[in-house]
Amino acid sequence: MATVERGSAIYEGSRIPSPTPTVLVPDPALEDVLTVNFGPNHPSMHGVLRLVVDLHGEQVVGLNAVIGYLHTGFEKTMEQKTYWKCITYPERIDYVSFQYNELVFVLAVEKLLGLQIPRKATWTRMLFSELARIHSHLVYLGTSALEIGAISIFWYCFRERDLLLDLFEMVAGTRMHTRYFQVGGIAEDIPLGFYEQARAFCRRMPEAVDEYEDLLNRNAIWQQRTRGIGALSAADALALGQTGPNLRASGVDWDIRKREPYLAYDQVDFDVPVYGGGDVYDRYKVRVDEMRESTRIVAQCIDRLEEMHGEPWIADDRKVVLPPREELHTSMESLIHHFKIVTEGFPVPEGEVYVGVESARGESGCYLVSDGGPKPWRVKFRAPSFAALEATAACSRDAYVADLIAIVGSLDAVMGDVDR
Amino acid sequence: MSYEGVPGLVETREAFGETTLVVDPARVADACLHLRDELGFNVLVDITATDYLGWGDAGVSGYYATSGGRDINDPMTQGYARLPDARPKRFSLNYHLLRLADDHARVRVQLWLDDGEAVESVVPVWATADWHEREAWDMMGIPFAGHPNLRRLLMDDDWEGHPLRKDYPVGGEPVRFSEAE
Repeated sequence: MATVERGSAIYEGSRIPSPTPTVLVPDPALEDVLTVNFGPNHPSMHGVLRLVVDLHGEQVVGLNAVIGYLHTGFEKTMEQKTYWKCITYPERIDYVSFQYNELVFVLAVEKLLGLQIPRKATWTRMLFSELARIHSHLVYLGTSALEIGAISIFWYCFRERDLLLDLFEMVAGTRMHTRYFQVGGIAEDIPLGFYEQARAFCRRMPEAVDEYEDLLNRNAIWQQRTRGIGALSAADALALGQTGPNLRASGVDWDIRKREPYLAYDQVDFDVPVYGGGDVYDRYKVRVDEMRESTRIVAQCIDRLEEMHGEPWIADDRKVVLPPREELHTSMESLIHHFKIVTEGFPVPEGEVYVGVESARGESGCYLVSDGGPKPWRVKFRAPSFAALEATAACSRDAYVADLIAIVGSLDAVMGDVDR
Repeated sequence: MSYEGVPGLVETREAFGETTLVVDPARVADACLHLRDELGFNVLVDITATDYLGWGDAGVSGYYATSGGRDINDPMTQGYARLPDARPKRFSLNYHLLRLADDHARVRVQLWLDDGEAVESVVPVWATADWHEREAWDMMGIPFAGHPNLRRLLMDDDWEGHPLRKDYPVGGEPVRFSEAE
């Protein structure tokens, strides 16, 4: 196991990335090249990714990723909506770890507004960010193992995923796309009984991760399908803009939660798993370790949140935040504020900001431009999957066609996030 | 941190705790190479193009109010509290850079471009710029000189127009109704 010494210098300097391809072009001298279309509708393509692959025998000699099949113009749509209505859109972009884009959009709006967030909202957001990370990694592990033939692991992962969806349902009423984060805080207080159920999940999860590792770690087929496959060096990973687990599997100790703490990540205790091989197996190991670490963070968040019982969960700024529902029956002012925010939205000061958070897939960012009106002038999401998929060609040098499935699965790109 | 040696630097701005370097578009490749090799910005996080057509006017992004403020004769509308500052040209192109090191830092390189004004590709500086530049071309129609493969990325190859431009209509795909047949 090639772990990187903690505290060692992270990658220094830079280089001319000439051998870092985003497209593989077959050698024209090569004969008997067969061009195959992988996807867009193929069970292993994580949605609708199309890979145009040139094969020489079973060897991949050319690769060109064709994306855009899931392009829905979220960014354009959001320009037509008030900020208040926009919040539902970002979570549909990355539909596997839905809380992150929502979080990053809300943080960007709050940065422009200069809004102070109550600490209970901060900790609740952190709790749900980490649950979303576990959720996303479970889907990654289940589906990517399924694609290379390990079927049972899929049922194990989705068993725990269901527990998570139950937790999401408790707070938001919906199992996916919760729209729980709100400009100013969170939409509703945490319901009774949530902490007990979340604690039960935290007790269950480490055992469950042990079970996944029992199924895979010493499984000869899994080892042969993942070890040394799709290797990406640290230099290539940086040149290709990789972030998150893909970068940490290549030996770069970079996690925004540790390096540029947002929310309250500087107040919780957790480790950042880093592996040095850069292959499919190390990407799997990073994510499995992260599930354990996220469970630790969730437990700490629950401890802190229980102490904050009864505290406000959303900022008390009536020009931005919807008034409490019960006040609408008795207070004319609240009714007016409610009406204004819902119909017109709230104006956000002119400016441009970029906010990046460590999502389950890497750096999820939001660049937001406001002209001072109630609708965003421009929203752009920096999608970690977009960069991850760009690395497919670099990972597939000297790969066999069967490895391609393992590689695409291990990069963990969500096509909604890629195409937006 | 001093950015004074960056080639083509026009202006350095600090806002919301973020640093923006406005750079002469003709020298962007030099500036990026300098930022990468001299100042250690080894990761290109994102490239975003923004269209400022109609910035500060009424009715472009769904506003119905006058640019001077609220139109009191039209209910349910909202004007600007103040007119936003004028922008030098129609498009801005923003490179978000990250120095991934122990003394980490972030910076935004900003260029201002007219419609159709080509800008030099930074693919030789950061390989990841490939798709980001293709997306900027596809969505906003910004041509990148020297890009190895400047084709549409998200839209079909034969698509007309650049959907994220402000003059591209919402619901812009022409729909033919059966009555018109």
